[in-house]
Amino acid sequence: MAMTIHVDIVSAESEIFSGVAEHISVPAQMGEVGIYPRHTQMLTPLKPGEVRIFKHGGEEEAIYVSGGVMEVQPHVITILSDTAVRAADLDEAAALEAKRAAEEALANRSGGMELAEAQTQLAEAMAQLQTIARVRKKLSR
Amino acid sequence: MASGKEIRTKIKSIQNTQKITRAMEMVAASKMRKAQERMAASRPYADKMRNVIHHLAFAHPEYKHPYLLERTEVKRVGYIIVSSDRGLCGGLNNNLFRDVMRDMQAWKAKGVDSSVCTIGAKAAAFFRRFANIKAKISHLGDTPGVNDLIGTVKVMLDAYDAGEIDRLYLVFNEFVNTMTQKPTIEQMLPAMPAEEDKKRLGYHWDYIYEPDAKTVLDGLLVRYIESLVYQGVVENGACEMAARMVAMKAASDNAGNLIDELALAYNKARQAAITQELSEIVAGAAAV
Repeated sequence: MAMTIHVDIVSAESEIFSGVAEHISVPAQMGEVGIYPRHTQMLTPLKPGEVRIFKHGGEEEAIYVSGGVMEVQPHVITILSDTAVRAADLDEAAALEAKRAAEEALANRSGGMELAEAQTQLAEAMAQLQTIARVRKKLSR
Repeated sequence: MASGKEIRTKIKSIQNTQKITRAMEMVAASKMRKAQERMAASRPYADKMRNVIHHLAFAHPEYKHPYLLERTEVKRVGYIIVSSDRGLCGGLNNNLFRDVMRDMQAWKAKGVDSSVCTIGAKAAAFFRRFANIKAKISHLGDTPGVNDLIGTVKVMLDAYDAGEIDRLYLVFNEFVNTMTQKPTIEQMLPAMPAEEDKKRLGYHWDYIYEPDAKTVLDGLLVRYIESLVYQGVVENGACEMAARMVAMKAASDNAGNLIDELALAYNKARQAAITQELSEIVAGAAAV
């Protein structure tokens, strides 16, 4: 049997995912990383994006996270997400609205702080949209 | 003895009060169930976070974060005090405040002052008189979010970073069960792993930090504190509802007892009036 690793994804307000996977792919701050079993201990912040969990038998699950921290131990991965919501539950209209608002804020920027805020909002909205598109493609297949 | 009419109005007014307390009891019961669910939902995060922080204490990082280091000299302590927004919940808030005052006085005896950050209107109103309030937030409603707390927590963390406070405590009511709420004062900073945990995992290892230890630990520890405070707020919310439910149940029961007593007095007064009228009639008839 293939080696597996235990994955826990939690947000402050609820538990999102708990189970075993063959490997996972995570949007770490320095770029996308793939974690396989027996990875050495690692701590890294996450960017907004989707965590993809590859389960035994080729099944794949995508979960959107809007940032957080990942801890890797050789047999356990813990993702402390800021707010993680099931990808299928994402409200596309809200994401578009957020993106529009963020772009608007980018267009008439005034302070450095606002710019940074708008940029993160934009990144979040884009990541949400990407996840939605992927889920949709999979459903229509 | 009070006349029949007076007693009747009194009974009426107590009945009205009883209706209100009974309604509040039922509202509190249903809200308590939801608050308990929220408490259960946020527990995995807090547990996982605690695990990570413990692992971190066993690792031997090249960078020691100030939140993990004991400060030798304590000049000032900080409290984040979680309370309810509304009253009518028995002694819940007052018991908590009394414990805090005792703790503050103990520090004061050692020449240590305290700063306070309050969550909830009751704590703000109470500590305005006694302490230096650095930040406050209230009216979080029944569904507090982590986002609501970030600002207040940051004020205290900044004070800790700047050396204005050397210890940070979280004060909240711990939910034991519906009948019991335990006032709790928990040390958040510096974050100390339990002694017995230190003995496990003796060998040397460290994480790979990306991009670097400082960035990662800064973000992680702030989230750790936020999650503790959030857990405290959610737990205190459940306590508030439980305490209110119990207090309102007691009030409804007391109102019931009062009504029974008054009904007895009313019947006695009525009977006395009838007897008096009768004897007057009989006496009148005899006189004729």
